[in-house]
Amino acid sequence: MVDSNAITLQLKDIRKAYNIGLPAETEILHGIDLIIKRGEFVALIGPSGSGKSTLLNLIGLLDKPTSGELFITGQATTQLQDRELTMLRAKSIGFVFQFHNLLPEFTALENVMLPMLAARGRPDEAIGVRAAELIEQVGLTSVGKHMSNNLSGGQQQRVAIARALVMQPALVLADEPTGNLDTQSADTIFDLLRRVNQTSNTSFIIVTHDPRLAKRCDRIIELVDGRIDSDKPNVAES
Amino acid sequence: MNSIMPFEWILATRFMREARMQTLLIMSGVALGVSVIVFISALIGGLQTNLFRRTLDFQAQIVILPPKEVSRSLRQAGNGKLATLVQPRAQRIQSVDQWQKIMKRVEKMKSVEVVSPVVSGSGFIVRGEANKAISLTGIEPDTYLQLIALRNSIIAGTPNISSTDILVGSDLAKDLGVWTGDKLNLQTASGGTATLIIRGIFDFGNSGANSRSVFIALRTAQSLLNLSGGVTSVQLNLDAPFTAETVAQSIQAQTGLEVESWIAANAQFFSALEAQSMSNNVIRFFVGLTAALGIASVLVVSVVQKSKAIGILRATGTSRRQILRLFLLQGALTGLMGSLLGAGAGWLFLTVWRNVAINDDGTQLFPITFDPMLFVYAAVGATLVGILAALFPALQAARLDPAVAIRG
Ligand SMILES: Nc1ncnc2c1ncn2[C@@H]1O[C@H](COP(=O)(O)OP(=O)(O)O)[C@@H](O)[C@H]1O
Ligand SMILES: [Mg+2]
Repeated sequence: MVDSNAITLQLKDIRKAYNIGLPAETEILHGIDLIIKRGEFVALIGPSGSGKSTLLNLIGLLDKPTSGELFITGQATTQLQDRELTMLRAKSIGFVFQFHNLLPEFTALENVMLPMLAARGRPDEAIGVRAAELIEQVGLTSVGKHMSNNLSGGQQQRVAIARALVMQPALVLADEPTGNLDTQSADTIFDLLRRVNQTSNTSFIIVTHDPRLAKRCDRIIELVDGRIDSDKPNVAES
Repeated sequence: MNSIMPFEWILATRFMREARMQTLLIMSGVALGVSVIVFISALIGGLQTNLFRRTLDFQAQIVILPPKEVSRSLRQAGNGKLATLVQPRAQRIQSVDQWQKIMKRVEKMKSVEVVSPVVSGSGFIVRGEANKAISLTGIEPDTYLQLIALRNSIIAGTPNISSTDILVGSDLAKDLGVWTGDKLNLQTASGGTATLIIRGIFDFGNSGANSRSVFIALRTAQSLLNLSGGVTSVQLNLDAPFTAETVAQSIQAQTGLEVESWIAANAQFFSALEAQSMSNNVIRFFVGLTAALGIASVLVVSVVQKSKAIGILRATGTSRRQILRLFLLQGALTGLMGSLLGAGAGWLFLTVWRNVAINDDGTQLFPITFDPMLFVYAAVGATLVGILAALFPALQAARLDPAVAIRG
């Protein structure tokens, strides 16, 4: 049906429970099956507490599912050790969070360099060139050398996007990236994500509460109480 | 970030630079501890070196004596009856058997610097009505003056004596009202008597020695004590004073004579020094422990403060190992920089001390040793302490669940 090469992400019956074995044990995700193809631009919506962040953390290999299997670009991940997980995460996944995205001790440019630095162990010229390229792509060349906590919220999110893209990941996960921005900044961020998506094969999963933005995605997945309630292509957009 | 530092170093130095106040405070703490260690060690080292020197100035490192006359055992071999208690024999001056041969043999040993024969005994000086008991030492000036710092103690005249000369202590000279060039009559219990010219006056800084000791030529002493050709001891110095006990034991084993090292002779003094070194180590230990606890507590707080950052780093490709190293490095750097600061401060303090704590005559009140290795040890030690202190917080940081950290 689908060329397996084109599958960026596959979830098979993923479950996640907290407080396992305790009286307070609760299952948050009840068997998620999902396939994201290369280059897809997906909106993940759903009421607060439905498990969107939990799902995103599992996909980003920051957390382990209680059961089920998760494939990133065809590779099974649930049996991997921390070292391999870290390598796979560094290579394949870019994160953009809602708050506190950047390290305040570093400049905007340095924040963009960090993932490459972590992967290579020490600085080199290529890292600087690549970071400058991405800072330009997100339109922040003029503030690249500013300390990141001196930037506006919108600017910080754009730096975070540049950082998420620096390793050329197969998948970018953005957890309410425009959640605490005004409409105009939110639009700028969204336009940026969309543009990157159209000029690369990177897939995106974007958690958003903004129906206006969700409608501009290729596909909308709605999560309710830890289950996929609906999953449909957004005809208007594609 | 145009540095060549590895990733963890870049992060560690930046974190420390940005947490300026914390870094400064903890480094000052470490520095203070290190400067205390440096200062105390230099002071104690100086005192000990000085004590050793003073001890060795007036004492040969090894003294070879005739074998101790052993009182017969209570039970005679073979015969089962109790023997009568044998009284120790009356102390008679004994000479070292074949001392010239022994001297030749000892002189050939590698570590031996100088060997000198000595005759010692007691006598008295008669001058008019006065009659003073003295202990006399017969020496060969050529070698004996290399053995003991007698030359430096001479306050009048010369220590180079011939058979008609005598050296007396400053207190004895004062008591008798004599000075260099005056004559003294010396007598011994065995009936020997000689009239000698005072060639020099010495001051050992010790009134016992200054009022009782006299030095005369070896030959003169032999005839006064009726020892014709014999000596009561052979004394020697080594190039390494602290090997004296081992060397003494090997000479004893080879010759069957009684051989005493300055270390055995000053056992009490050595155990006092050991106690001093021990208390120095206790101080070091507790200063180290305090520094470690300080570093650890700063890092524990830092891990909590930085948990979001750790989560972000982990999400963007930083491994557990790298996080571990990041915090170990902060501990190590705190220890290293603190110790360098502290060593510098200690050095400064010692220099000031050297110039302030001096006697009226310009010599040092408390001599100190400037051992550059001490600074190296302090730096290495403090770095290790820093790493150890960082171990717990670093493990905590590495174990942090990134999902929880980011959710905060
Ligand atoms: N570490 C945790 N322990 C227990 N419950 C948790 C934990 N993390 C999240 N949850 C719970 O999981 C549910 C889903 O949370 P989340 O994934 O953040 O939802 P969303 O992002 O859709 O708002 C919530 O009820 C939340 O309280
Ligand atoms: Mg959420």
